[in-house]
Amino acid sequence: MIDRLRSAVFRRTAGILLVALVLAMSLAACEPKEDATDTGDGATEATPLVLASTTSTQDSGLFDVLIPAFEEAYPLYKVEVIAVGTGEALELGQNKDADVLLVHARAKEETFVADGYGTERRDVMYNDFIIVGPADDPAGIEGMSVVDALTKLASTESVFVSRGDESGTHTAEKALWGKAAITPAGDWYMSAGQGMGDVLKIASETPGYTMTDRATYLNLKDSLALEILVEGDTSLFNQYGVIPVVGAANPEGARAFADWIVSDEGQVVIEAYGIEEFGAPLFFPNAE
Amino acid sequence: MEVLWNAIVEAGRMLFSGDFTVYEIVFLSLRVSGLSLLIAMVIGIPLGYLIGSRRFLGRQLVMVIVNTGMGLPPVVVGLLVYMFLSRSGPIAELWLSISGATSAPRWLFTVPAMIVAQVIISTPLVTGVTAAAIGSVPRELRLQARSLGASAWHEAALTIKEARRGVMAAIVAGFGGIISEVGAVMIVGGNIEHSTRVMTTAIVLEARKGNFGLALALGFILIGISFAINNGLTALQQSGGRYER
Repeated sequence: MIDRLRSAVFRRTAGILLVALVLAMSLAACEPKEDATDTGDGATEATPLVLASTTSTQDSGLFDVLIPAFEEAYPLYKVEVIAVGTGEALELGQNKDADVLLVHARAKEETFVADGYGTERRDVMYNDFIIVGPADDPAGIEGMSVVDALTKLASTESVFVSRGDESGTHTAEKALWGKAAITPAGDWYMSAGQGMGDVLKIASETPGYTMTDRATYLNLKDSLALEILVEGDTSLFNQYGVIPVVGAANPEGARAFADWIVSDEGQVVIEAYGIEEFGAPLFFPNAE
Repeated sequence: MEVLWNAIVEAGRMLFSGDFTVYEIVFLSLRVSGLSLLIAMVIGIPLGYLIGSRRFLGRQLVMVIVNTGMGLPPVVVGLLVYMFLSRSGPIAELWLSISGATSAPRWLFTVPAMIVAQVIISTPLVTGVTAAAIGSVPRELRLQARSLGASAWHEAALTIKEARRGVMAAIVAGFGGIISEVGAVMIVGGNIEHSTRVMTTAIVLEARKGNFGLALALGFILIGISFAINNGLTALQQSGGRYER
């Protein structure tokens, strides 16, 4: 009898608890969304503007200063950054799921615009790639030109970690191997299929060589056992372009962003970024 | 070891220093996965009951589909949902032809899109485990209930009650499948700061940036929350049965 009573009580408590849990979850679900977004005046609701860009740009920290500056100039828009590989960013643009692209794979960008997916492509800025590797540099490539360094890495079969993800950096890397007339293949050539930060970690742990953009390397330098071995070669410059997407959900915002980032106002923000933290700018504005 | 310890300390610091960003991410995770779980329960428990208790044409096929769904990689679900919700996808096309507008709205990179993906991931889990639990309730019980004049609804309620431990296990499985997944929410949510960034995508981002300590700290928070929720669910699951036999 008592057992039955207890069982009933337990069942009821269980029921109440479950209902409470469900309620709490639905309440959490109904929570208004805007609480998180603006900290400012919040007068009119801003239209979302989807900027598809690359993981390396996001990881460099540039957007943390660039986006607030743009939103201050254009309070009508709220920029939502989707950081993916260049391949995926172009795919998002092609499907009209992003409004504006900021990527770095010039040939692909030009094809994208020529195929009618983007209204136009404009130069924004460049940063540079560097080849990094273990400090003792077993292959002995330090100070070489890019082509010589890659040839040496291939001939000594030194471990080279590649992004292998069709990103802008990977595309640039493949172009450089092409320039050296080498088709990298074999156990020494590791195709990681991951972001720049991950690839740097892999190269550092292996140890091996890799090609990276300077910004990501400087950001992670302290946690890496990698040194800059090849730099300054003009073929290592990495040009970024901005492309408003044809048929975007927010075409006005896309145009405004593209116009702003190539304007003096936007270019100044880019030029200043990195000086405080790294002692030198990470990106060099070069819009016309 | 020091890295681990630092991550634990960092996790505690983030939780108790009132770091708004962390709360925002945690609450969004709970919102997305909690609502997805609710929807999955509404679909999955009745469906699991039907599969577990009735014989009908195509039952085996439904079971195979459910079991396949239980093993679906979240990233594949993410890609499928992406394709469907894309502004150049089939739903947008349909919407354009019905509304006559020239430009479809954006459904991707929103909380509802993430919920759609997580419902697709968790519904098979809830359904499959519920079906197994219902199937193990003796058939005689249901027959007896019917013969004593219980309606079909009554019979269902009685059977689900009898199988409640298994049904709770189904809910736990459904929740575990989505609170921890990153593949789908990354693709359809886009990991947008203050908007669609949840715990798992934040962890991926921090790990990619090389902030392993911060990533691990977020991971510990995720584990802690999962532990608390599962603790509650398991207590519920166990409480009914203790005095029964």
